[in-house]
Amino acid sequence: MIAKLVRGAAFYALVSVIVVVAVFPFYYAILTSLKSGTALFEVDYWPKALSLANYVSVLTTGTFLRNLGNSLLIATVVVALSLLLGVTAAYSLSRIRFRGRGLLLITILSVSMFPQIAVLAGLFELIRALGIYNTPPALIFAYMIFTLPFTVWVLTTFMRDLPVEIEEAAIIDGATPWIIVSKVFLPLMWPALVTTGLLAFIAAWNEFLFALTFTSSSTQRTVPVAIALFGGAGQFEIPWGNIMAASVIVTVPLVVLVLVFQRKIVAGLTGGGVKG
Amino acid sequence: MASLTLRGVRKSFGTVEVIKGIDLDVASGEFVVFVGPSGCGKSTLLRLVAGLEDVTSGTIAIDGEVVNHLPPAQRGLAMVFQSYALYPHMTVYDNMAFGLKIGGDRKADIDRRVRDAAEILEITPFLDRLPRQLSGGQRQRVAIGRAIVRNPRVFLFDEPLSNLDAALRVTMRIEIAKLHESMAGTTIIYVIHDQVEAMTLADRIALLNAGRVEQVGTPMELYQTPANLFVARFIGSPAMNTVPCVIESAAVGTKVRPQGGNSVAVAAAIPGEAAGSEGIFGVRPEDLKLTTESDAIFAGRINIVEKLGEVTMIYITTGDEPIVAKLRGDVGAKKGDNVGLTAPLECLHVFDHEGTAFPRTLG
Repeated sequence: MIAKLVRGAAFYALVSVIVVVAVFPFYYAILTSLKSGTALFEVDYWPKALSLANYVSVLTTGTFLRNLGNSLLIATVVVALSLLLGVTAAYSLSRIRFRGRGLLLITILSVSMFPQIAVLAGLFELIRALGIYNTPPALIFAYMIFTLPFTVWVLTTFMRDLPVEIEEAAIIDGATPWIIVSKVFLPLMWPALVTTGLLAFIAAWNEFLFALTFTSSSTQRTVPVAIALFGGAGQFEIPWGNIMAASVIVTVPLVVLVLVFQRKIVAGLTGGGVKG
Repeated sequence: MASLTLRGVRKSFGTVEVIKGIDLDVASGEFVVFVGPSGCGKSTLLRLVAGLEDVTSGTIAIDGEVVNHLPPAQRGLAMVFQSYALYPHMTVYDNMAFGLKIGGDRKADIDRRVRDAAEILEITPFLDRLPRQLSGGQRQRVAIGRAIVRNPRVFLFDEPLSNLDAALRVTMRIEIAKLHESMAGTTIIYVIHDQVEAMTLADRIALLNAGRVEQVGTPMELYQTPANLFVARFIGSPAMNTVPCVIESAAVGTKVRPQGGNSVAVAAAIPGEAAGSEGIFGVRPEDLKLTTESDAIFAGRINIVEKLGEVTMIYITTGDEPIVAKLRGDVGAKKGDNVGLTAPLECLHVFDHEGTAFPRTLG
């Protein structure tokens, strides 16, 4: 009886430690963002006075809204392009027999092995040559380097497991490859699309190094860079209140996205098409 | 509505030749069953006809028009898959209408055809359901419905009943037979590994083995006059008794002596020079009957008696091979009894040492 209680208590103690470690930094960011003035430098664990001054200041001064828009645009386009290319590539990699398919798959995977810093210089030259330096396309282009490999891999694996007969039935019905992908496979692939899409979105949303390197003007920056480069009133002042408010604002879209799509991630849709 | 002609069809996967030169003519409106053991190439052959695989060499023609290079949809055929292969995210209605929508048919036209097919297959109440809400038999009906609405020249069935339980299979088999009658003129190619289904459904059977056609004919032709040992053993259950024999006299008054048996006259056209050589003698278990006369072909002690009610199976050993007899009713024979077995002249088969049947000299 006592052993059972102890075990239960230990279990919940462990759970609370994990939750605290995971959530506390964000909680503290929210807490800080709601403080103002010198209260910022007092250590509190419970909100005392709530002030939205930092939020107002972040949203009204500087280019933060514009940066938020940039991030949203870039991450959305990256997800859309990655999924489009990923699905079409996955179809050919999983369903069409051709020489060198395995090699191609390994090559695609190996692209994601290079550290960002290793490709930075070459990529910089490439972006300058393409004339897209300091524009959203530069970041979209750069982000595809790390979103495409895992998108293609996850979707290829998923598509390989879809029953071949369904595709053959569609071929007999006169479907072109594009119709097969868009009308037959896509609806069955929602869980994989949502998962990979979310991961790609988060990766693009959080990315810092490329965003720092390939933009130069404050209106072209994405939020992670913008927040890092926030300047205070004086040279030696770090505007913690604004930074925390901005961080909270930046986190919200991700949380919303995950909550909206989590049902889709869990749901399996292939039931009943083939035997079993 | 459409005839199908295969000429010298071959198919290799890499270095492995799966289909080794097949010639076949299927007349318009005919129900032809491809049957054979696993791995004989029957499904591959069907996929070649469907266009899901490309032939390595040879030609496939529908109504005299070579379709080798046409994509499946333009060959004017429809296919029903073993695993149903329904689109899981579409309702029954959309499953059936999918091909027609791609083809750009008029909406009213699609609706009429889908509803007609649903009526025939008695699936009208399920039109708004998803495949996962249907039973196996219902799903297979939807798969057949999806094929019917395409109004195909040739219907292809790939082991459509293999996933159903035994009782449902019999019902669906009868329905498919009825369906064939109601769609006068539609050619059907049907792949199955179960010989009972093949015998009951087919106008003609093409028996395949190791990528070749062993024999094509009506079910009764295959049963009564098998072209070779493979066909003889494959058709019929239990399999035909086949024992080595010596050809005692040929040309006129043909007689053979099966191993462990007595010399017997056969109605086979065996050339004179074959006299004295080795051959193979065959007789179906159901053609054998008990005899006490001197006309017994095989005589021996009963090893096993199996009483199945309508028939009794008895196993006797005379030479190296056990002989099985399938006797009508309860014959009252006991284990250990000594019995003689005989069969009518027209039921005896003789094959040469390579397994090819000698032609029959009777009707």
